[in-house]
Amino acid sequence: MSASVVDAPKRRRLGSRIAPAAFLLPFLIPFLLIFIGPIGYAVVQSLQKVERVAGLFGTPTTVWAGFAQYQRALSDSDFVASIMRVLLFGVIQVPVMMGIALLVALLLDTQSARLKRFHRLAVFAPYGIPGVVAALMWGFLYDPRLSPIVSGLEAVGLHPDFLGTDHILWSIANVVTWTYAGYNMIIIYAALQALPSDILEAASIDGARPLRLAFHIKVPLIAPALVLTAVFSIIGTLQLFTEPEVLKTITTTITSTYTPTMASYSAASANDYSYAAALSVLIAGVSFVLSFGFLRFTTRWNGTS
Amino acid sequence: MTSHTTNTPSTSVRIKRKFGAAPVAVNIVLLVATGYFLLPVFWLVVAATKSRPDLVSSFGFWFLRPQLFQNLQELFSEQDHVFGQWMLNSLLYSGVGALVGTVLAACAGYCLAVYRFRGKEAIFSLILGSVLVPATALALPTFLAFAKVGLTDSYLAVLLPSIISPFGVYLSRIYTQAAVPLELLEAGRIDGANEWQIFRAVVLRLISPALVTVFLFQFVGIWNNFFLPLIMLQNDRLFPVTLGLYSWQSQISRNPQLLLLTVVGSLVAVVPLVITFLSLQRYWKAGLTTGSVKG
Repeated sequence: MSASVVDAPKRRRLGSRIAPAAFLLPFLIPFLLIFIGPIGYAVVQSLQKVERVAGLFGTPTTVWAGFAQYQRALSDSDFVASIMRVLLFGVIQVPVMMGIALLVALLLDTQSARLKRFHRLAVFAPYGIPGVVAALMWGFLYDPRLSPIVSGLEAVGLHPDFLGTDHILWSIANVVTWTYAGYNMIIIYAALQALPSDILEAASIDGARPLRLAFHIKVPLIAPALVLTAVFSIIGTLQLFTEPEVLKTITTTITSTYTPTMASYSAASANDYSYAAALSVLIAGVSFVLSFGFLRFTTRWNGTS
Repeated sequence: MTSHTTNTPSTSVRIKRKFGAAPVAVNIVLLVATGYFLLPVFWLVVAATKSRPDLVSSFGFWFLRPQLFQNLQELFSEQDHVFGQWMLNSLLYSGVGALVGTVLAACAGYCLAVYRFRGKEAIFSLILGSVLVPATALALPTFLAFAKVGLTDSYLAVLLPSIISPFGVYLSRIYTQAAVPLELLEAGRIDGANEWQIFRAVVLRLISPALVTVFLFQFVGIWNNFFLPLIMLQNDRLFPVTLGLYSWQSQISRNPQLLLLTVVGSLVAVVPLVITFLSLQRYWKAGLTTGSVKG
């Protein structure tokens, strides 16, 4: 299976030295220029600041500032609050979404489930809906002027305030959960379908009841798929932007620095490029460290590769 | 895959009896879940058919005096046909971006799977590591760099970053390793085919399920992208449909007429994705399985 099976001299003679480069470079060059390059440029820019030498109308010059922008970010109470907000969001939203995805996948994996194709497609469908459209739709469903849900709840004596200060974070969490639970469900379901049936049959013959079979046999076996989906969810949480940015147009409870990415966007809109660069380097760094750390932690914990 | 789920008659009866413990509960929970995921979509379909007064005054979850065709006409003629332009822009960004991106990822993934050269693992680690860097956190640095070289506010500003799919390279590599026997490549070489001919005639065919997956998810990813075009583009004739709808939504307080058009436009913006997903259904399912099991 591996490349070492083929002996090296023959490979060198038949596959020329240019071939690998010709296959790789069309991807690698744009990857380095457009993907890696800007990260480096942002790091450089985050270490600078713009100064106007002679007052407001003087020519702006770029000067070296060391870690001044990072210090500014960490002492910026709005930015720190936005980080705490997405951390709180992630700690609640990611497990809830993963729980829904796992529950639906396990139910679809039972023999009792009817209309499997229909359910699978219905739960997955929101993933195909643009985040902007999802946020617009839910925004209308949260809006007391339009929403049949709000009027329905009011008819039974409840007065939900989905767009108010207390609930808005969880209203956003609902939009994100609604959009991505189905995607995670499909990955988990596919992993369940790929489990060797003899293990499940053996456990079943040994008298394992459905619940025990699900949580003691199936879930541990599909742990790699759960880790994969969790990592992508963590990455998604830290870059939370579209949903709050769209909902911001219908409620005043979302500020322009509500999430870290919104904070860096608003710095860039104010032409404060060095600060915007520092913020996005921080966001990229933190999410890389968190998802990489989570991967390392879970692989060690599971003992799998 | 299916061979795992088919059991011999006796065990399948046994399993059915064991699993059949709470069939009603299983199906009720599934119906509740499906209701939650479909309800907003149903609301959108209903709302898009209503007149302006009915949209705010009638019950949201059922039809009243449907006039979808009239709404569509109004949608596409608003502001000098800008909505049609947005849809075409989205098709251009997603179609070209995903096609070029898939080809580049296929070549690179294939290269990393079958050739041996110095620095290969380092390059692969760099690509794999970049999967873990969030796209949104990358968009702003890309904007800063593009602003430096004067590339912002153009088609290329959105297209160029879209053609890079590190995940596509990763998927192409593992799929090639699983689906393309090296003996087949050797046979091709002995028959006198050059490397490109082998790739085109043999490899592309074998890894096409993975490539359809890469194309599909990149197409959806670009179509749904919001942050990148938001920071890159000023000229509203270059907007993709997501950014266009957002710009209408943010003007509703000044121009309430746009409320209905935003609703109708949201429905229309989803249609190409539904068509793409349904027509490529059997591929993305297979592809997802590959991605998760190997991952």
